[in-house]
Amino acid sequence: MKIYIIGAGISGSLIARELSKYEVEVHLIEKNPDVGWGVTKANSAIIHGGYDDPPGTVRAQFSSIGNKMYDQLSKELDFDFKRIGSYVVAFNENEVLYLKELKERGRKNGVTNLEIVDVKELKTKEPNINENAIAALWCPDAGITEPWEVAIAAIENARKNGLILHLSEKVVDIVVEKGKVKRLVTNKGEYKADIVINAAGLFADEIARMAGAEGFKIYPRKGEYILLDKKLNGLVNSVIFPTPTKTSKGVLVLPTVDGGILIGPNAVDLPVEEKSNLSTTKEGLTEIYGRAKHLVPGIDLSYTIKTFSGLRPENNRKDFIIGATKIWGFINVAGIRSPGLTAAPAFAKYIVEKIFPENLKVNLVKKKEFNPYRKRIPNMSYFNLEKWDKLVKKDPKYGKLVCFCNNVTEGEIVEAIKRGARTVDGVKFRTRASFGRCQGGFCGLKIIEILARELGISVEEVKQNYRNSWIIDGKVRI
Amino acid sequence: MRKEKVDVLVIGGGAAGLAAAIESANHGVKTILLERERKTGGVLNQCIHNGFGLHVFKQELTGPEFMELLWEELSKTSAIVKSDSTVLKIAPESKEVTVLSREGVVIYQVKSLIVSTGARERSLNNLGIPGARVAGVFTAGVVQKMVNIYNRLPGHNVLIVGSGDIGLIMARRLKIEGMNVVGVVEIMPEPGGLIRNVVQCLEDFDIPLWLSHTVTEIHGTGRLEGVTVAKVDGELKPILGTEKFLKVDTLVTSVGLIPQNGLIENFVEMDPINRGPVIDDLMRTSVEWIFAAGNNVAVHDLVDFVYEEGKIAGKYAALYALGEKLPGVKYNFKRGNNVGVMLPHRVTGEIPFKMYIRSKKILKSCEVKFNGKRFRIFNWKIRPSEMLDLHLNKFDAFSETTNVEVNELE
Repeated sequence: MKIYIIGAGISGSLIARELSKYEVEVHLIEKNPDVGWGVTKANSAIIHGGYDDPPGTVRAQFSSIGNKMYDQLSKELDFDFKRIGSYVVAFNENEVLYLKELKERGRKNGVTNLEIVDVKELKTKEPNINENAIAALWCPDAGITEPWEVAIAAIENARKNGLILHLSEKVVDIVVEKGKVKRLVTNKGEYKADIVINAAGLFADEIARMAGAEGFKIYPRKGEYILLDKKLNGLVNSVIFPTPTKTSKGVLVLPTVDGGILIGPNAVDLPVEEKSNLSTTKEGLTEIYGRAKHLVPGIDLSYTIKTFSGLRPENNRKDFIIGATKIWGFINVAGIRSPGLTAAPAFAKYIVEKIFPENLKVNLVKKKEFNPYRKRIPNMSYFNLEKWDKLVKKDPKYGKLVCFCNNVTEGEIVEAIKRGARTVDGVKFRTRASFGRCQGGFCGLKIIEILARELGISVEEVKQNYRNSWIIDGKVRI
Repeated sequence: MRKEKVDVLVIGGGAAGLAAAIESANHGVKTILLERERKTGGVLNQCIHNGFGLHVFKQELTGPEFMELLWEELSKTSAIVKSDSTVLKIAPESKEVTVLSREGVVIYQVKSLIVSTGARERSLNNLGIPGARVAGVFTAGVVQKMVNIYNRLPGHNVLIVGSGDIGLIMARRLKIEGMNVVGVVEIMPEPGGLIRNVVQCLEDFDIPLWLSHTVTEIHGTGRLEGVTVAKVDGELKPILGTEKFLKVDTLVTSVGLIPQNGLIENFVEMDPINRGPVIDDLMRTSVEWIFAAGNNVAVHDLVDFVYEEGKIAGKYAALYALGEKLPGVKYNFKRGNNVGVMLPHRVTGEIPFKMYIRSKKILKSCEVKFNGKRFRIFNWKIRPSEMLDLHLNKFDAFSETTNVEVNELE
């Protein structure tokens, strides 16, 4: 039996890892040159408490379970996960009523430890919050992580356990015969396939159409963000939400796992043709700044490191679309917008443990030798200096700092390349080099040089990310 | 982890750090200079244009030539240079400095410390200009290094954003090397760099300078494909209807330097306007064993000034390490009318010193006053981009708190 997963985002990577626990041939196909570069790359990076989706929805069903799985998952895959809790802040009595509704919703979703706190308690933990706040809903289970690192870690671990990864490969057709999946056609070849799992993010509707599975429509909803300097570390200690509106959870203020501050997102629906429109806009950035400053007046844009935007795959059914279809062997994991990151470990398990045996009547056999552990690339923030000193003595490259903003050494960059980084962004998302305040001013050229050396290519061939993102044109003089 | 004792430790081997190490070693104390790059010299390595050294060496040198003179001076001293060595942290209570290099982690126990960590370039990303996130956007310093050190060009058609000195110099450099330099946009009504650079780098090479213009949007997928440029009003806001699209594959930014003080800013008194430590005429910070010199104290106009500061810091850090009692601060300066960047912030009154001031505004001509008493007249146009330098000794108007002002003359 051959299983093909389409899309190496959070959903695809966690499903791949789940399947790598079983005796079966699993392929993961990704059209980008690296993993986690779609929806996964740019979102709020929150592990949600699981209280705010309407009870009975698929989203609610998986997010409260998924939340609880992150402690174990982050230990096995060695990625950053901090359960810092979240506040939904109310500024008037109407909003306090809404907090009560949220709390009740949480109870129905199985989130029983929510608490409405008064402004005094809020202020002791979050002294920088707007002083007009009157109450807040405290959710101790909420957390933060780095979504791309979760995808990278899951795929590294899955590959150790047998997963076959195809990068820069785009699915162009799915051949179905007599109501069953037969073959998968890509720009590089044709493969016999028994089961296809559609985790194609923004493009999941197009993939479903190829298989002739029932129709749904994905449309992109843009969210813009501003990342602020680590100098503002401590401005907030937990995830700060405003009281939500009908369409959105609103603009948040939260710490990132490595000590910066992130504000955003707004929510702008784009036409279906704009599934690659990742540009930021003046209106959007102005809006999120205004809203974030309302929550936390100490937000200061002179500490801006970068602005960026992400696209969320909204769909016309207003819920996750997860499960088997009328085409045998074709499984949808579509419309995975927020809280998709939170829910992913839960629905990955559900697909393998429920959909496979119950809907497809496929009973997979567990591997005896599955190794659940993956180790992160060594980084100084997680080592004491004694241990780092020993590492340098073994490999002096760990003694040469390349990225000064985030303390990333040449050893880490070489290791990232060994693990699959092929571009400057590939190095950046694996090591945080050039993620900091100077935005590659000091390390950019050095990273290009190291990539060229390790990959045996010229510096002109090194790309920022995608195929046409060349950086260096050629020699000044021969 | 190895521990080592040292009298004077210098962090950063640019012009200030090299000068400091030379001076410190010449006072007979054990001096170590740490440089995080492969070799010392800092940005001088890539500044192959001339214009350096007129004040200090009385000749017009290129950056590498200026550096050669420093290396020659340094080689005659006992100062030890450790390159590829980066400071991870400074422990202010124990006076321990933790350093990472290929030999491992070393902890230096110091008597005095000189911080000469220079400045970094502000990146376009830091400005929050909307649009696509693409390859092909570089700071001027990065392109300077790419062209002059790596022997590589960044693209074909280039727009320079910001008219800081490095931006002006790179406009000329890229034009000479065959790139199509579309122009330089500057958001302010006046150029940000020295006038001599506007003339020698733009006018002499027919490169247009668009004052009161800014980039409002970045276009492209993967690589930069173009930018939208617009005129701005008196409040620096883009004027609707003035937008035009420029087809460029490369954007080079020169939008300001930021002093780097991450190692000391949490325990040394900082000046938010200079963005550097509060400093006295001995280049001493608020922590008596920590000295600072160069562009981390405040961004300077000339490497010569940075060099002079390094020498002062080197001398007094060495004397401190020798156990000499250094004079205390007697006069404090307070910013008055029109005073932006200013250093030093306070002086001992024991030695002659140089004071640097940036006017906040463009003035036709001006006078500098201390406590209301005129010290000097500048009979020419004064810009924020060009520092006023004043040679001072004890001045009779100084008092414990001395008000400094720069007034426009009619």
